[in-house]
Amino acid sequence: MTAFSNQSLMRNKYYSWIIKNLFSSWVNSLMTVVAIIFIYEVGTFFLNWAIFGADFRTNFRGELITDRTLCSKNISPGEFGACWAIIYARWDQFMYGFYPIEQVWRVNFVYVLLPLAIIGILFDKLPFRKYFIYFTFIYPFLAYFMLYGGPGLSVVGTNKWGGLLVTLFLGVTGIGLAFPLSIVLALGRRSKMPIVKSLCVVFIEFIRGVPLITLLFTANVMLPLFLPDGVNPDNLLRALVAVTLFQSAYMAEAIRGGLQAIPRGQIEAAQSLGLNYWQTTRKIILPQALKIAIPPIVNTCIGLFKDTSLVLIIGLFDLLGIGRAALADMTWTKLYYEVYVFISLVFFIFCFGMSRYSLYLEKKLKTDNS
Amino acid sequence: MERVIQLEKVNKWYDDFHVLKDIDLNVQKGQKIVVCGPSGSGKSTMIRCINRLEAHQKGQIVVHGTELTNDLKNIDMIRKNVGMVFQQFNLFPHLSVIDNISLAPIWVKKMPKKEAEDIAMSYLEKVKIPEQAQKFPGQLSGGQQQRVAIARSLAMNPDIMLFDEPTSALDPEMIKEVLDVMIQLAEEGMTMLVVTHEMGFAKTVADQMIFMDEGKIVEQATPDEFFNNPKSDRTKLFLSQILNH
Amino acid sequence: MESYFVRKLIFDEKSRSLLIQTLVIGLFALFIYLIAQQTAYNLEKRGISSGFDFLNISAGYDISIRLIPFTSEDTHLRAYFVGLLNTLMIAVCGCFLATIMGFLVGVIRLSSNWLFRNIAYVYVEFTRNVPVLLQIILYYSILLHLPKIKQAIEIFDGFFLTNRGFFTPSPIFKEGFSIVLCSFIVAIIVSIFIKRILKKKQEQTGKQYPIFYINSALIILTPILFYYIMGRPLEFDTPVLKGFNFKGGMVIRPEFLGMLFGLSIYTAAFISETVRSGIIAVSKGQREASQALGLKNNLVMRLIVIPQALRVIIPPLTSQYLNLTKNSSLGIAIGYADLVHGFGGISLNQTGRAIEIMLMVMLTYLTISLTISLFMNIYNKSVQFKGNA
Ligand SMILES: Nc1ncnc2c1ncn2[C@@H]1O[C@H](COP(=O)(O)OP(=O)(O)OP(=O)(O)O)[C@@H](O)[C@H]1O
Ligand SMILES: [Mg+2]
Repeated sequence: MTAFSNQSLMRNKYYSWIIKNLFSSWVNSLMTVVAIIFIYEVGTFFLNWAIFGADFRTNFRGELITDRTLCSKNISPGEFGACWAIIYARWDQFMYGFYPIEQVWRVNFVYVLLPLAIIGILFDKLPFRKYFIYFTFIYPFLAYFMLYGGPGLSVVGTNKWGGLLVTLFLGVTGIGLAFPLSIVLALGRRSKMPIVKSLCVVFIEFIRGVPLITLLFTANVMLPLFLPDGVNPDNLLRALVAVTLFQSAYMAEAIRGGLQAIPRGQIEAAQSLGLNYWQTTRKIILPQALKIAIPPIVNTCIGLFKDTSLVLIIGLFDLLGIGRAALADMTWTKLYYEVYVFISLVFFIFCFGMSRYSLYLEKKLKTDNS
Repeated sequence: MERVIQLEKVNKWYDDFHVLKDIDLNVQKGQKIVVCGPSGSGKSTMIRCINRLEAHQKGQIVVHGTELTNDLKNIDMIRKNVGMVFQQFNLFPHLSVIDNISLAPIWVKKMPKKEAEDIAMSYLEKVKIPEQAQKFPGQLSGGQQQRVAIARSLAMNPDIMLFDEPTSALDPEMIKEVLDVMIQLAEEGMTMLVVTHEMGFAKTVADQMIFMDEGKIVEQATPDEFFNNPKSDRTKLFLSQILNH
Repeated sequence: MESYFVRKLIFDEKSRSLLIQTLVIGLFALFIYLIAQQTAYNLEKRGISSGFDFLNISAGYDISIRLIPFTSEDTHLRAYFVGLLNTLMIAVCGCFLATIMGFLVGVIRLSSNWLFRNIAYVYVEFTRNVPVLLQIILYYSILLHLPKIKQAIEIFDGFFLTNRGFFTPSPIFKEGFSIVLCSFIVAIIVSIFIKRILKKKQEQTGKQYPIFYINSALIILTPILFYYIMGRPLEFDTPVLKGFNFKGGMVIRPEFLGMLFGLSIYTAAFISETVRSGIIAVSKGQREASQALGLKNNLVMRLIVIPQALRVIIPPLTSQYLNLTKNSSLGIAIGYADLVHGFGGISLNQTGRAIEIMLMVMLTYLTISLTISLFMNIYNKSVQFKGNA
């Protein structure tokens, strides 16, 4: 008896939810119908294109696809599905660029360890967090050694790097280098010393006022002009300089927001205990300010991660650059949608993941403070 | 008697607003002075000048024979010897209670961590909340927080303590636990400069009462004289308001 | 004596701050000096001349998308202005479209229909988590895959979609059209007065006037009336397929459309989020409160929610406009001749004056950004002032 009434209550709950959200008025009902038709049309079209009617490695005749003429849609006019074979064929390039194939294990090694290096920063309640953080500091050196080479490992020049490797390298390194710089800029912007303050303000506002592409051009064309002959940073390094400066200005603004949220009393209490400026900053202000600033910082990181795609304009082969190179190849040309949809998906996974994390932090901050 | 704090013709302005006008004040070692006065009269400003959370513009402030100027070394030295307790507690929310207390001994006095934590525990016992050591400030009541703040100041082993309305952000039932700690401190011979409107506390503890109004010290007297026979009309008015309250 | 001096220099708050600042500015000056010297040396060694004289040399390349006449004989300076105008054009059109789409999506995100809400949500998440450059390139390749001119799709009478662009009729203004235009402007001015007068009356008497409808009718009907009075002074030149191309009409190039779609679809996702949170921020308590006062629901939306939401929305909205303007520099990826592509790219390659050209380009963007922020600050102040009064 009770089970039955529970069940009917449950049914009632669903029922009232449906009424409220889908059929509350005749306009609402009409909208529901329109939406269902829309979802059905778009959904079936997309699924048929991307999955049910698509070629993966073989076409509808069962042949292995080795060039675009073998895609079903290029054989039979009735077929329109995607031809994912291009992704399979270019998989190594998408992941590693032109990294020598017998050395690719080094990149994989770095990829696999990346989550371990980041996880300690992301979750403050992680068990053994201290050791993860130690690893975070070792990781860049390890990764550089593995990727570039050195004693015991053959050198692989950055001109061979590409695809996801370049995208991640620019994103992660850019963020990592920009972080300390942005703290300095944010503190400088709040300094009482007028010269320090105005230098920081001018730098931040200048960087934020111009498009990234102009910075990339400048770094690409002008860095060699600025530097003595012996020092000639390669293309990737030049891009990294631009990306780092760019990111540091945006991050500095996010951190400044956090600094502004710290009550004056915190600083006064620290001063009254005899802590000097650096001790107060390091022990009292920054830990609190950064905690508040992490969600906006993560948002700037999402922006940067997407913006790394701009380096293709200065001739680097990031994910998008590799994609365009694949399309420029006569064997695979014209499979635009497959390539762009695939790259979009990769970016989406990373960026959406980061934005979820930022939301999670915001919620956590709210509950921590209440 | 040794003079530990000496203010001579101290003046301070916020832009063109004259907050402190020719303040003269002497505090001797072991003396307990209670400062009162209407809101905005400059009480906080005066005691914040003594450890230079605010800079004065004219006159002289000498603490332990060292004059307060722009000299950062002197400021550091004075701050090490002068503890301060704030109305809003100002505990560090990201640090546990024990870390709040041991922070300054470790970083300012360069004490080993273990030793600093032992000291922290001993002061927590003194303010009667050793069991709260591992909690965070947000998990404590207001009275407990203020007692942690007192312990935090004491851990630097200062010879002077400044209190700026330490009980006025507290619910009535918590005021007593904080005042008890302060009374105990007074009994141990600490030099104290206390801004408060707790007149009961003033009567039991104070050696001297100071009444401030509009940036001036209007009256300075022993508690006995101050409460029973105030000289200035403004003091009378203030006392009648606060005692009838 | 000396130790006193050193002590004063290092430990005195003021002199220490002065010392640090002198050091900072000294290091900075040294840095600039070293770079300048090295650059001068490098330039000389490579035989690159410098200066802005190149601006008067003829550019030697063509720009197909332009708002002012330009041929390859024209100067680099003119190429700069062509590029600047193209940047401004795409920025203005992009902001306009992005605002409309963004508000629409933002409101749909708050729709009472669960499916509509979530379709908008999916749109927002997918567009804002994919690089705008990738989107621009994607939309551009879709446009390039439209049918060839011979198989052009005619969507309306005289509107053709092709892989060479969007062909539309072009307007021809005849004598008397300026009067129609004037009547339109006058109608707007009059409607503002009507609004003020009726508002005042409403405040005095409490009687409600349908201000919105009166004014809409006025603004729409007046120019139509004058249009007919003046003998229909507007005609259209419709494109007609002649041989391999269209004759007449005008064409919107796929490069422009690719940029427009990429920028506005991407930015609209961000705008919709600010619109959504702006409306939520004001309507929570306020809307219920005003409903209790007995106002009708749509009136509540208009009188209280929207104006207040605008106050919250406009600052982040402006920063989205700024982002869009900066992102318009990506035209180079698909060949849209904006400032960076034409002047900053081709002119730079031809003259080799990297420093001068990049400086000009950056300062131009900086000027645009600072101008927009300046207006933003003025607006913010005026809003705050009203809020306090
Ligand atoms: N940073 C500041 N800038 C400008 N004016 C200030 C500042 N701090 C304090 N004042 C002003 O100086 C005057 C004295 O302030 P102070 O805090 O010393 O008063 P108080 O006696 O402690 O009052 P209360 O009992 O309310 O704490 C007040 O009028 C206050 O408005
Ligand atoms: Mg006060």
